[in-house]
Amino acid sequence: MTRAPQPPAGTDAGPPVLEVRGAVKRFGAVTALAGVDLAVHRGQVLGLLGDNGAGKSTLIKALTGVHQLDEGEIYLEGERVIIPSPTAARGHGIEAVYQDLALFDNLDVATNLYVGHELTRPRGWRGLGWLDRKAMRRDVAERLTTLQVHLPDLRGHVGLMSGGQRQAIAVARAVAFARRVLILDEPTAALGVRETRNVLETIRRLPEEHGISIVLVSHNMDHVVQVCDDAVVMRQGRVVGSARPSPQTVQDIVAMIVGATEGAAQKGPQP
Amino acid sequence: MTAAVDRDATPQGGPASGRPGPRSRGLHAALTVVRLGPVLLLVTIMAVLAALNPLFLSPVNLGNVGLEASVVAILALGQLLVIITAGIDLSVGSVIAMSSVIGALWIRDLDLVSGWLVIPTMVLVGGLAGAVNGTLFVKGKLPHPFLPTLAMLMVARGVALLVSDGQPITGMPEAVTTIGSGRIGHVPWAVVLVAVLAVLVYLLLRRITWGQWIYAIGGNREAARRVGVPVDRVLISVYVLSGMCAGTAAIVVAGQTNSAYPTAGNLMELSAIAAVIIGGASFFGGRGTVVGTLVGALILGVIQNGLNLMNVQSSWQYVALGAAVVIAVELDVLRSRLETRLRVVRTEETEG
Repeated sequence: MTRAPQPPAGTDAGPPVLEVRGAVKRFGAVTALAGVDLAVHRGQVLGLLGDNGAGKSTLIKALTGVHQLDEGEIYLEGERVIIPSPTAARGHGIEAVYQDLALFDNLDVATNLYVGHELTRPRGWRGLGWLDRKAMRRDVAERLTTLQVHLPDLRGHVGLMSGGQRQAIAVARAVAFARRVLILDEPTAALGVRETRNVLETIRRLPEEHGISIVLVSHNMDHVVQVCDDAVVMRQGRVVGSARPSPQTVQDIVAMIVGATEGAAQKGPQP
Repeated sequence: MTAAVDRDATPQGGPASGRPGPRSRGLHAALTVVRLGPVLLLVTIMAVLAALNPLFLSPVNLGNVGLEASVVAILALGQLLVIITAGIDLSVGSVIAMSSVIGALWIRDLDLVSGWLVIPTMVLVGGLAGAVNGTLFVKGKLPHPFLPTLAMLMVARGVALLVSDGQPITGMPEAVTTIGSGRIGHVPWAVVLVAVLAVLVYLLLRRITWGQWIYAIGGNREAARRVGVPVDRVLISVYVLSGMCAGTAAIVVAGQTNSAYPTAGNLMELSAIAAVIIGGASFFGGRGTVVGTLVGALILGVIQNGLNLMNVQSSWQYVALGAAVVIAVELDVLRSRLETRLRVVRTEETEG
């Protein structure tokens, strides 16, 4: 909201919305994260780039409570937090769209958006309350209108919908409830041209209009240039560089991703 | 289900939602027919039986059908909850025996012939057995509920035999015999009990958040965990409820025979599972309805009753029941094929 027109590095005074310091994660002999530092500022769209196996997914899973870090700290608006579970991540206002979408094919669209935080009568009765479907439909329609997200019929079953519609639902669910950080893991992988444009437009609009920060994992450099304020490149479990994505810097970014810049003296990427 | 056709035909949410074309509408109609399959099957069987034997549709006989179907229906309502979570409860038949025999100990050992003691005891013992099933499955990290409930099938039968010394305990309280064999007019009390339970299970599944979580877990257990559904607690609860249904079925069985006996409920778990599947629930979880389950239990009851009326050997009844199960499962396969096809066609229509 208070986004400076030409943000230097961050977009807001004060501590980053989300900061990771010295993140280490090992799976047996494999070190997936070897000391990662990362900061996401308020209203920033940060591209998280890297080849397969660079550690992006592990980092994301640590931020959403799926994995626990072996070393390192996570700070939210300057305060150290521990994210022991996906529920805790949600509680901190971090939402994610996973590549597998994590939808409930047997339930309708409105229900899919609300599973896990249903509105009930009496309010706050969680599992034992009566479902307030009317309120949920109203509320979800409002949120989606505010966010200018279009969905097919809210009562339709998700399992019968097309790939693009399903992805739109998964994005809408995360967008509707993200308060601080929205993590998108290849959000346009299964989309057609039109849906991709819709998702990218949503990504660009959210930070300015709703003050949400976005971490975008993508292999598509065109998309990164279109929507990201900054990009961070990971390789072999480390952050190897960052850049402001633009048509001029794409070459450099790609070089960082494949590891051609660091070892410029060596010939070829890796032995 | 039919209403969904109309709703889907009205485009909402702007230009992004494509208009269904003729192919997807045809598929939708076919799907609706397949989903109504269990009801059509029941109506067909009843029509055939009525044509073959006029006695079949008499109020007294229909009451008999209800009475015969009631025990399976009660078990099936509990089994439905379990199957929606993609689980299975094999123990319910044996749990009938264990809970009825333990409930009858008030009568045998203390000479207290009171429905107020016997009835809650039977339900409670059933619920405890279910709690053991659910806890072993979830906390014991067993790969599939087949295992703990199979173990309970054996243990509960053993306990029933041990506690009763293999002897039936006769002389049930009046409340129990009334529930098991009494009627108001032509309607057996057991049928009233099924109706009450069906309404309760319906409310749980369709109106209460907990029930929505049951469906969510069946649809995608990992996603349910990620969005904060207390998956373990919900899973344990469905086995507790299934056990309590078995305890309730024990009351009916004890009332029908005026005795608690250790061989009660033998193989009943299979009829209950069959009723749920015939009623259109998916073995892979995520779907199934109370109405379908009642229809499934009725199909089993009607086949049995009809063949009895026509003096067909009971061996043939098993063959007929098996055929009904196969037809139901084939319908389920056909349904999921149609749904996949519909999704492809819709994708082509909206994006192609």
